[in-house]
Amino acid sequence: MTADKKKVLVIGVIGADVHAVGNKILYHAFTEAGFEVVNLGVMVSQEEYIAAAIESNADAIVVSSLYGQGELDCRGMREKCDEAGLVGIPLVVGGNIVIGKQQFEDVERRFKDMGFDRAFPPGTAPETTIAALRELLHMDGETV
Amino acid sequence: MKPILLIDFGSTYTKLTAVDVEGETILGTAQSYTTVQTDINDGLENGLRLLEAKTGKLEFAETYACSSAAGGLRMVASGLVPELTSEAAKLASLGAGAKIVGLYSFQLTEEDLEEIAALKPDIFLLVGGTDGGNTACILHNAQMLAQLEPKFPVVIAGNRTAARQCQKYLEKFETYVCPNVMPKFGVLNIEPTQKQIREIFLNRIIHAKGLSKATALLSDIMMPTPAAVLQAMELLSEGCEGEGGIGDLIAVDVGGATTDIYSIADGMPEGMNTVYKGIPEPFAKRTVEGDIGMRYSVRGILEAAGADRIGHIAGIRPGRVEELVAWLRENTDSVPDGNEELQRLDFALASMAIETAVARHAGTMEETYTMMGLTYVQSGKNLTHVKQIVVTGGSLIHTQRTAEIAKYALFSPAQPMSLRPKDASVWVDRTYILAAMGLISTRYPQQALRIMKKELEYYGYSE
Repeated sequence: MTADKKKVLVIGVIGADVHAVGNKILYHAFTEAGFEVVNLGVMVSQEEYIAAAIESNADAIVVSSLYGQGELDCRGMREKCDEAGLVGIPLVVGGNIVIGKQQFEDVERRFKDMGFDRAFPPGTAPETTIAALRELLHMDGETV
Repeated sequence: MKPILLIDFGSTYTKLTAVDVEGETILGTAQSYTTVQTDINDGLENGLRLLEAKTGKLEFAETYACSSAAGGLRMVASGLVPELTSEAAKLASLGAGAKIVGLYSFQLTEEDLEEIAALKPDIFLLVGGTDGGNTACILHNAQMLAQLEPKFPVVIAGNRTAARQCQKYLEKFETYVCPNVMPKFGVLNIEPTQKQIREIFLNRIIHAKGLSKATALLSDIMMPTPAAVLQAMELLSEGCEGEGGIGDLIAVDVGGATTDIYSIADGMPEGMNTVYKGIPEPFAKRTVEGDIGMRYSVRGILEAAGADRIGHIAGIRPGRVEELVAWLRENTDSVPDGNEELQRLDFALASMAIETAVARHAGTMEETYTMMGLTYVQSGKNLTHVKQIVVTGGSLIHTQRTAEIAKYALFSPAQPMSLRPKDASVWVDRTYILAAMGLISTRYPQQALRIMKKELEYYGYSE
């Protein structure tokens, strides 16, 4: 891979979730930050993220969920990635990923147990996610 | 008068159409057996004699031909993910007028290679990966193909990063590099590949298929027959300078072995609360149902619709339907010819062939409840607002109940999620002129369009 090749992110809002605004904001923020972004929009199934990641040779998958069902929707995604040959691909999730008042540390731990590399609470600024992605993708030395 | 001869070398029949482009009329049509095994000119000359017996001696100013003889344009394609680049490869090939005899996804295996060697495709379409995306799959597949005998032309239209390397692996093959059929996720770019496929067909395949003996007679333009029909349908729908088209349409050709469906329409979601899933489909889309046909593939109709439904429409008990279908499969030359029971059965079979084929071609809509209320998920083309249906095929043109059969292409409350036309006018091509009109449309679009409007039998709204 050449040094000047942009890192590719596959993003989208998972499940039966139609919240489109945050998705558009993330698309612009990630693009602005120098990523190549494949945006699947809203109501994305696990299979769609995986298919898009295979074709585009993605470096990471960023899952958004705003409607509280994220935990159910994300279950089994790491295993499916492994099965599809995307072994070790960074998985990042964020938004209102669970219902009710819960300690985010617990939520984060549960998502990490499911194989997600990072989980972000509501109200996370795009910059935080971008910084985490840069770290996950070992881009520290690079200017993107 | 300026007579032009249009020839369609079919797998069984060579069909000839004489057109006067100045008078914008069909002078006559004739057909004779295709003689591709011996000398293609025998069948052609025989057909010409039959034609001139009807029209009198004609001095043709120009002659054009299309062909689906010797198996048609047989293609194998390989992509990466089945719903993405493999699907794009399939859409590209079908739109170029080819017959897909093999379609592969992910990395080709030794077994796949054995199959491909046995299939001996006329052209192989190698794709996979978006531009800048996955290269491993297409490179692997190019390396695998490189070992293969026989050698056939390979069109490389995958990830542009890998194109040159694929060409190197396939140096013993005739290769052609085209822009990626899916340059970005969800973006389809199939026209350059289709143009390339047609060029290869023109320059190479027609020689290999023994059709070049007839080329002494031809002025120009030799394309696969389905490509000619697709061209005619685009013209009929969209019109040309100086002559308007009839608007969005679908066309169905129910054959003995396969059923071809064409749609010329955008079909993208209309409502704000509709989310589109899957790859966007081409404006001019062709699909082929290989298991739906009136004789060789009659079993496919039975499997798709069931003996009960066919029996109900035909007024024949299901057991008898199965007997007759088995008999038709063995006696593929048979026509109802006054036999009242067979007429009713053919009516039901043709109706179910159209229903099945159009339902597979059209998109679907799914209802989903979200926190924001009812939301629709659409995949494939929404053809509910298409107002014109063009039909052809033996079982439709040799009956007076054509419009009744064509109705089965329409939206049905029993399958509310199948996005077929709500109501439409029916146009019937009783004399098989569509391919011929596609051929002359390249040079004489206005005349071809006016002839089609005049010659196709119009049935008004089907409701």
